[in-house]
Amino acid sequence: MLKEVFTRPQKPKIFWENYFREIEDLGIKSIGLVAFISFFIGGVVTIQTARNLSNPLIDKLYIGYATMKSIVLEFSPTFISIILAGIVGSYIASTIGTMRITEQIDALDVMGVNSKNYLVLPKVLATVTFYPLLIVISMFLGILGGWVAGNLTGMVLTEDYLRGIRYDFEPFDITYALIKTVVFAFFIATIPAYYGYYVKGGALEVGRAATQAVIWTSVTIIIFNYILTQLLLS
Amino acid sequence: MIEVKDLYKSFNGKPVLKGISATFEKGKTNMIIGRSGSGKTVFLKSILGLIKPDRGIVSFDGRILDQLSLKEQRKLRMEMGVVFQGNALFDSFTIEENIKFPMRMFTNMSEAEMKKRVDEVLEQVELSGINNKYPAEISGGMQKRVGIARAIVLKPKYLFCDEPNSGLDPKTAILIDNLIHDLTVQYDTTTLVNTHDMNSIMEIGEKIILLKDGKKQWEGTKKDIFYTDNPDLNDFVFSSTLFRKIKEIVVKEGKIDF
Repeated sequence: MLKEVFTRPQKPKIFWENYFREIEDLGIKSIGLVAFISFFIGGVVTIQTARNLSNPLIDKLYIGYATMKSIVLEFSPTFISIILAGIVGSYIASTIGTMRITEQIDALDVMGVNSKNYLVLPKVLATVTFYPLLIVISMFLGILGGWVAGNLTGMVLTEDYLRGIRYDFEPFDITYALIKTVVFAFFIATIPAYYGYYVKGGALEVGRAATQAVIWTSVTIIIFNYILTQLLLS
Repeated sequence: MIEVKDLYKSFNGKPVLKGISATFEKGKTNMIIGRSGSGKTVFLKSILGLIKPDRGIVSFDGRILDQLSLKEQRKLRMEMGVVFQGNALFDSFTIEENIKFPMRMFTNMSEAEMKKRVDEVLEQVELSGINNKYPAEISGGMQKRVGIARAIVLKPKYLFCDEPNSGLDPKTAILIDNLIHDLTVQYDTTTLVNTHDMNSIMEIGEKIILLKDGKKQWEGTKKDIFYTDNPDLNDFVFSSTLFRKIKEIVVKEGKIDF
């Protein structure tokens, strides 16, 4: 399937139109939820860290430090990707699956359109190019949410929090997070597309395909999270 | 002309097509009839190349689809128009976008030329003015006609219709039948229609092939239907009281005029 997906588009103009439509459907429409989740999880991480670092001998900067590390290394790239696998993965599997069972894919094939390339490539390119930006937004809002929560609860002062998020800053952490994001974005587009494209039957099977797609995308993300972490950080 | 030779297809070891051979002539409405499960759709999809047959050859005026280069295959596919049983209109596109789609993909026509052609084919299927509606906003019969409009927009040499009037009321069904026949004459297409609707067969059928259990059981014209003693055909066609009575009258009077 991948060989046919990654071929030169038949009509570049139509390909780019589809690409920008997918950026909107798969990326821009997810910003709201990603922002909401990131902001509040950032807050929760800060509060929980502050509660566990109540010893007066431990510098308060470690609250901001722990929040930043958790958000940048794991929460934004991995858990936001798993959330996107649920939202976007089920959307991709069900839309392509519905096109399959309503013969829309047959219609493309019979016209001579490379349906795999036409349907899947814009999605892959949209997720791979847009999700790094989405994850950077998530990182920023997660850290911001931590600062707001720390201030509102009085658990950490702004000065300590800012010192914390800058403490022992490793630019490679961002690179590592973005490498993971690109790999996960590829899975988020391709695994559900595969399940949708090869669905057989009716509405029930489309629903099952969407569920299977989300499960296997999440499992793949978790496994590759471990592999990439070992490869890049050990 | 489409020639099919010894087409054979099985799924999981169960044969669905058992060596079918047939010739479909240009400018004629060729009907493939048979009960549900007789192999009609697999036969049509095998001709279209949507299903790869295990054995056999399908040739389009001497061109065999899977022996052509990708460029030639694309050219041949541009000469095909297909009306699907479920219409297969793209839900997220307007009617105009649906009809424009083959032109946008395969031609270098300007927007104005495409718009003009869309209006022409919509007029032909008597649906002028619905350009900006979405498929979900129009009736099943209208969707079918839009499917036909999309199929003929590139003036195809081969027109394929899978159960074109299933689920439609008799009047709309006859409208669709006559539209297919008129387009066949107008564009001089080789038309294949999959159906089990006797009204369609009697309305527009010029050459009829009966499939049963994946085999060709009978071949002839609609007039031949009344005089054949083929038990499978008689069992299929004259299963209703109405058609049995019609046959009695035709045979008694010794003539038929459609």
